[in-house]
Amino acid sequence: MIPTSLADFAIAAPEVTLLGVACVVLLLDLFIGESRRGWTFLATLLGLALTAFVTLYCAPADRTVALGGLYVADAVATVIKFAAIATMAVVLLYSRDYLSARGLLQGEYLVLALFVLLGVMVMASASSLLSMYMGIEIMALSAYGLVAFDRENPIAAESAMKYFVLGAIASGTLLYGISILYGVTGSFDLNAVQAGLEREVFFGGRHIGLLFGLAFIIVGVAFKFGAVPFHMWVPDVYHGAPTSVTLMLGSVPKLASFALAWRVLAEGLGPLSHEWHDMLVVLSVLSMVIGNIVAISQTNLKRMLAYSTISHVGFILLGILTANAEGYTAALYYTLTYVIMAAASFGMILLLSRQGFEADRIEDFKGLAQRSPWFAWMMLMVMMSTAGVPPFVGFFAKLYVIQAVLNAGMVWLALVAVLASVVGAYYYLRIVKVMFFDAPAERAPALGGSPAFRMVLSANSLAVLGLGVVNGPLIALCQQVIPH
Amino acid sequence: MFTTVLFYLFAAVLVGAAVGVVVARNPVHSALFLVLAFFNSAALWLLLQAEFLAIALVLVYVGAVMVLFLFVVMMLDVNVAALREGFARHAPLGLVVAGLMVVEMFQVLWVRRLGEPALLAHAQPAAVEAGVSNTKALGTLLYTQYAYPFQLAAVVLLIAIVAAIALTMRKRPGLKLQDVSKQVAVTKADRLRIIKVEAEKRP
Repeated sequence: MIPTSLADFAIAAPEVTLLGVACVVLLLDLFIGESRRGWTFLATLLGLALTAFVTLYCAPADRTVALGGLYVADAVATVIKFAAIATMAVVLLYSRDYLSARGLLQGEYLVLALFVLLGVMVMASASSLLSMYMGIEIMALSAYGLVAFDRENPIAAESAMKYFVLGAIASGTLLYGISILYGVTGSFDLNAVQAGLEREVFFGGRHIGLLFGLAFIIVGVAFKFGAVPFHMWVPDVYHGAPTSVTLMLGSVPKLASFALAWRVLAEGLGPLSHEWHDMLVVLSVLSMVIGNIVAISQTNLKRMLAYSTISHVGFILLGILTANAEGYTAALYYTLTYVIMAAASFGMILLLSRQGFEADRIEDFKGLAQRSPWFAWMMLMVMMSTAGVPPFVGFFAKLYVIQAVLNAGMVWLALVAVLASVVGAYYYLRIVKVMFFDAPAERAPALGGSPAFRMVLSANSLAVLGLGVVNGPLIALCQQVIPH
Repeated sequence: MFTTVLFYLFAAVLVGAAVGVVVARNPVHSALFLVLAFFNSAALWLLLQAEFLAIALVLVYVGAVMVLFLFVVMMLDVNVAALREGFARHAPLGLVVAGLMVVEMFQVLWVRRLGEPALLAHAQPAAVEAGVSNTKALGTLLYTQYAYPFQLAAVVLLIAIVAAIALTMRKRPGLKLQDVSKQVAVTKADRLRIIKVEAEKRP
């Protein structure tokens, strides 16, 4: 038992700062009138900048475990936290026009968004199943609230209900697995769990309870990831939620899911990698195949991107299931780049939407090249990258994952991944075809969006190209942070 | 000896109250029987030296949950006859489930009697000294070892209340609300109009 002192909280400075920022924003909003919501928004962005600064400034040089062994600060956590903060700032910047056009730009929206981020950061730094679960709940509860935020919209309410019920079942499953694991190893601490399992495996014992607990934990992880066959909530929630919330759910929590898989499976349950490897193979193959094939028949862009997310989750799991440093590095790289691409593609939907018009059908992108050639090219780059066409970053992400799988000697898995990507290329290219070769709908007005929104979205899309051409530094960073 | 007598007393009242919850015709009586049952189980916990659980049960369940229950029961006009309609029809199934649960409980006791040493160790809680308080012990743990998740749990509650209010508080245009500051700031001139009325003349 390591006692907790106040100084321990200094190590958790990023989370403490963010919580403080969220509380300040919550109170500030009370004193700011309806017409001056912009100040709350500005305060939120400044708070995010402060949190990002604290995250980088307070990052310890070595792996540090604090707060009674429940909190770990290491390089992986810092990378995930910084990426999550930056993504959340970009997401909020994209969402502003959309939200104010629909009367949703309220202080509570921003506070809940900050709490989603807090959950992600807690998960990134969890070194115990207890703090991991708290992080999951913080993130999930805020997300349920955000999906239902547009009260007048019955579809949003329905999808929030679905998300809530299924999310509660997933939490229950995860908790059940955790309780069994606790029963067998006698600890919530991931390091202690790992040590206990190593002993168990070393003496050749395969406690049946361990496999039970592992299976339930995998179900919980797959649910949070949205991997097939636990993916049913993804399309409905992506479709039903306001697009700004879809943008948030499609980007930031993916980092948290990676953190969950990495901390629990790779670190805590590492000695059982032989067992969870097979389970992840099934999840990964099903996700890649079903995600890509079902996406073809979608007419709603948000639904299509939801199925595309499922297929990308398959790729992330592919990296994790190799259970070696190379695979984890590839999975982290894939997650980071996927988040950039998801932010850009959902941001494009937000750019095209306007008051009373959602722009979430594929046909709404018809003739975008004539309406705005610049953003048509931007969308082209994002779609090409998501499909995995060189020289965009999505190609390299897929390449590293497939390389890791090949090096682990699983040729057939690599083949499935490549074939699934080829199938997936079809529906991404269809967007490109619609944008460049179809005539625009009549009375399609000029694109909205504030100058800041347009600039950040352009920068985000260009990053997809830039990180692809200069792909060395990011992968080097991933290699550096994942311990070998 | 004295505690054994107490145990049987509380246990008997508890079982009686639990039966009362099910068979009472009036839902308010059912809820009150449930309060009685909670009180008696709290007393049983006290006998087991788990005073924190006993206090929490009384404060949380009797003090908060049951009061809410009573409010709901009184506010909604529950049609008892409709609720009881299927009682006789579903009684056999209920009896089977209840029987299964009783068998399971006996199995737990039976396993304990088999003398598994690990289980026997827990059969009799170690006698605690008079000065030791498990409330204090729990508090010490929560604020030292588990300070971090404890704070996170507080954040979860904060999120729940922010989300609940954001989702349910409506400002409809026609809503009639009190504005206290306006009420206080009101002057005589705003509300009162003095009218001169011509005195009536006797016809």
